Amino acid sequence: MSDPTTQIVELESVVIRFAGDSGDGMQLTGTQFTNTSAVFGNDISTFPDYPAEIRAPAGTLAGVSGFQVNLSEHDILTPGDSPYVLIAMNPAALKASLPDLQRGGIIIVNTDAFTPANLKKADYDTNPLEDGSLAGYEVHEVPLTTLTRETLKDMETLTTKDKDRCQNFFALGMTFWIFDRELSVSESWLDQKFAKKPELAEANKKALETGYYFGETTEVFRRRFSIRPAALKKGTYRKITGNEALALGLVTGAKKMGKPLFYGSYPITPASDILHNLAPLRNFDVRTFQAEDEIAAMGSVIGAAFGGALAVTGTSGPGVALKGEAMGLAMMLELPMVIINVQRGGPSTGLPTKVEQSDLLQMLYGRNGESPIPVLAPQSPTDAFDIAYEACRLAVHAMTPVAILSDGYLANSSEPWLIPNPDEIADIPVNHPAEREEEDAPFFPYLRNEESLARPWAIPGTRGLEHRVGGLSKAPITGNVSYEPKHHSQMVRERAEKVARLANVIPELKVDGPGEGDLLVVSWGGTFGAVHTAVRRAQAAGFEVSHAHFRYLNPFPKNTEAVLRNFKRILIPELNMGQLAFVLRGTFALDTIITYSKMHGRPFKISELYDKLEELLG
Amino acid sequence: MTTTIPLELSKKDFVSDQTVRWCPGCGDYAILAQMQKILPEIGVAKEDIVFISGIGCSSRFPYYMNTYGMHSIHGRAPTIASGLAVANPDLSIWVVTGDGDGLSIGGNHLIHAIRRNVNVNILLFNNRIYGLTKGQYSPTSRQGTRTKSSPMGSIEQPLNPLTLALAAEATFVARTMDVDTKHLGEVLKAAAEHKGTSFIEIYQNCVIFNPNEWAGIDDRKTRSDHVVYLEHGKPLVFGKNNDKGIRLNGFKPEVVELGGKFTEADLIVHDESSQELAFILAHMEHPIYPPPMGVIRNVTKQDYSAGLMEQVEAAQKQKGVGDLATLYSAGETWTV
Ligand code: SF4
Repeated sequence: MSDPTTQIVELESVVIRFAGDSGDGMQLTGTQFTNTSAVFGNDISTFPDYPAEIRAPAGTLAGVSGFQVNLSEHDILTPGDSPYVLIAMNPAALKASLPDLQRGGIIIVNTDAFTPANLKKADYDTNPLEDGSLAGYEVHEVPLTTLTRETLKDMETLTTKDKDRCQNFFALGMTFWIFDRELSVSESWLDQKFAKKPELAEANKKALETGYYFGETTEVFRRRFSIRPAALKKGTYRKITGNEALALGLVTGAKKMGKPLFYGSYPITPASDILHNLAPLRNFDVRTFQAEDEIAAMGSVIGAAFGGALAVTGTSGPGVALKGEAMGLAMMLELPMVIINVQRGGPSTGLPTKVEQSDLLQMLYGRNGESPIPVLAPQSPTDAFDIAYEACRLAVHAMTPVAILSDGYLANSSEPWLIPNPDEIADIPVNHPAEREEEDAPFFPYLRNEESLARPWAIPGTRGLEHRVGGLSKAPITGNVSYEPKHHSQMVRERAEKVARLANVIPELKVDGPGEGDLLVVSWGGTFGAVHTAVRRAQAAGFEVSHAHFRYLNPFPKNTEAVLRNFKRILIPELNMGQLAFVLRGTFALDTIITYSKMHGRPFKISELYDKLEELLG
Repeated sequence: MTTTIPLELSKKDFVSDQTVRWCPGCGDYAILAQMQKILPEIGVAKEDIVFISGIGCSSRFPYYMNTYGMHSIHGRAPTIASGLAVANPDLSIWVVTGDGDGLSIGGNHLIHAIRRNVNVNILLFNNRIYGLTKGQYSPTSRQGTRTKSSPMGSIEQPLNPLTLALAAEATFVARTMDVDTKHLGEVLKAAAEHKGTSFIEIYQNCVIFNPNEWAGIDDRKTRSDHVVYLEHGKPLVFGKNNDKGIRLNGFKPEVVELGGKFTEADLIVHDESSQELAFILAHMEHPIYPPPMGVIRNVTKQDYSAGLMEQVEAAQKQKGVGDLATLYSAGETWTV
């Protein structure tokens, strides 16, 4: 602004990636940039990408930790395909991110980290800053380490290591300058974070400020950018990740049931943050229980459900594999509970910190015997709130465990959340049968509600309702152990029918675009943003194509078959080998389905989906 | 919770309408009968009592009790009981398990339930054999036990349920026996009174697959010569004529005859609060020693649910009862 040679360019949206060593604080830097942009009023969508190792060898490609944010003046649904601006703290970060960067994009590098040793660790034969391989990009070389040390040279109480740990805030300050943002949100965050260590708050603030003025005074950057606030729906917003939204949705569900929330879980990536978000909420009567293993977590949830709490467990695919037997028991006992699977790349230990949708079949069928469990999947980080609440509602409605299939992308991505008014969220009615005296009619634990087929939720402590449940096959109505062929058959059918009838109380499948035609794109879960954006782009380009997205995977919405049969071809992009495609083909005997698979441990890019649509429609 | 006045209960109130299906002569019958007998005497309303079991012969127990109950899956009863105790800390919860269910497939859960001091009573029916699967050796079978799965004798060293429980810092550890009905009833009552995990090993006779396991000590007439009954504050005297005792020789317990060189004053005096003594007693194995019967350890520590509910109360006092609107708006917000 003070500098007439710098021009401010207005952009509708921009994708920025902060990349560095996993110890460089890139997640924090990205989060700070996002918070400021969100408060400024941009629509935002973020995606952290970090290694499974807490501290992978410093400077190596395996240790690169990235945080991508998409800011826009429009409504956006994904963190963006390709960054326009890359902040690379070392050679490995540059190397790992360069393939994604837009041609002509801006690269800011910390030249101090481009030492021969670091270049070698990143498998560079020659220095990319010198060998011309970055021609075609706008490269800004900044000696971040030197500048930060210089900035803090008077702070004698700090070690050099302390000072170097402030260089991410120097980089953040520069980025704020380039994008014409204020420092105040980050400054007050630092004050709070380091309330007990004011000299660290001071040092980071100094680095932040100096970074900002470095941009202003040095003329390194010829262009600055501004992205106007988005025209979001009126209201108060906060930023929320999928895991945070699940936690809040569960707390809401429990409150609306008038129940304590029991959350029994064993730590596992990428689900642990749900536990971390719930554990501090003791004042909501949230009773978290860190179990000794996955099986124990599932067992504890069964016990808590039997005892009358809203019982929930959260895990990832490997954990679900261990929980399988107990999930079967839960299904057999017909107790309400919620089982969250935050999917990661599989099989086995797979890609713990990466995304995949390959647990759909596991969730639907991965148990012994006929063992139907309703399955829901959030379509975005904010939708995870609604899905969590919905899972609670359906669990109680039908007296059944309900599964939620989130994923590693939704779990850690964030977007603005229009904060709801809790008073406008409906109560979830819970009817425990009343106590009985000896002269009253006997109590039948498996006498079903005629409409929902739910059995009564009689909880210990209620006089006169003493009864036994268990995993052995049982007689209808009494629930007594029975190996009678007709009893077994009837109970298997009733449990299946009960889940099927949930279709009566869930919304129908919506179609975006014409209700019939040549091509329908079908998606489920966390791929919504990319698929929806790609289809909208294709529609805008004049292609006739529609989109339908499943949030309910068992049972399917009532109109599913009708919708699917209205199209000549159905394209199903999935981050797996075609699991929803397999189920839809089998369920509805459809031969119109084309699968489009991706197993890279990364979300779909809008562009690759668009290319596929063009190929099919062009 | 119920607000009505508790009913006067008797044994028959605890008998369910299901036919008991254990083998004739099985030790489980006696345990069931004692349980039904003592429950009216523990001062807990029937609706507040829950039996949870895993899989195995003993795990059919809940079906025969006219209380709340759950027959769950193999080895997992402690996990279910833990969740239940957290959801409703006011219940009297009983876990019924066996040496296979509790120490093999469910060993991990057993340790952790005990370590957390969850307020449950865990009854481990030890018959040193797998009954329901028709006679394989179990984790408590003596080395060399010949079974269908170990025709040349089992190679493994057995687990001692008591030392395992003690190693997991159990606050209540006891042992009793199916045929010793009066003693069994007393130990069950003591367990019911204890807050926190009560772990009870019950020597139980599988008449079909391991009928001679407790030979010597299962005979009422000779038993007092072969086991030592523990009483807090009392010396360890045993024998039909109270003529034998246990003294400590260095760190080692030693059986001595009374009346000659040794008197009662030389004997170990039982102390339920001593972890060290508990280990010594728990290691006294038949037939080298008379195995101890009764309460080996009984100390008071906060149980898991009490600790958790204390945190809930403290948090509510400090931050007020949770309010959703405040929760939603925690952190950075902005208005459009
Ligand atoms: S097999 Fe053994 S333990 Fe099982 S019921 Fe028969 S006698 Fe009892």
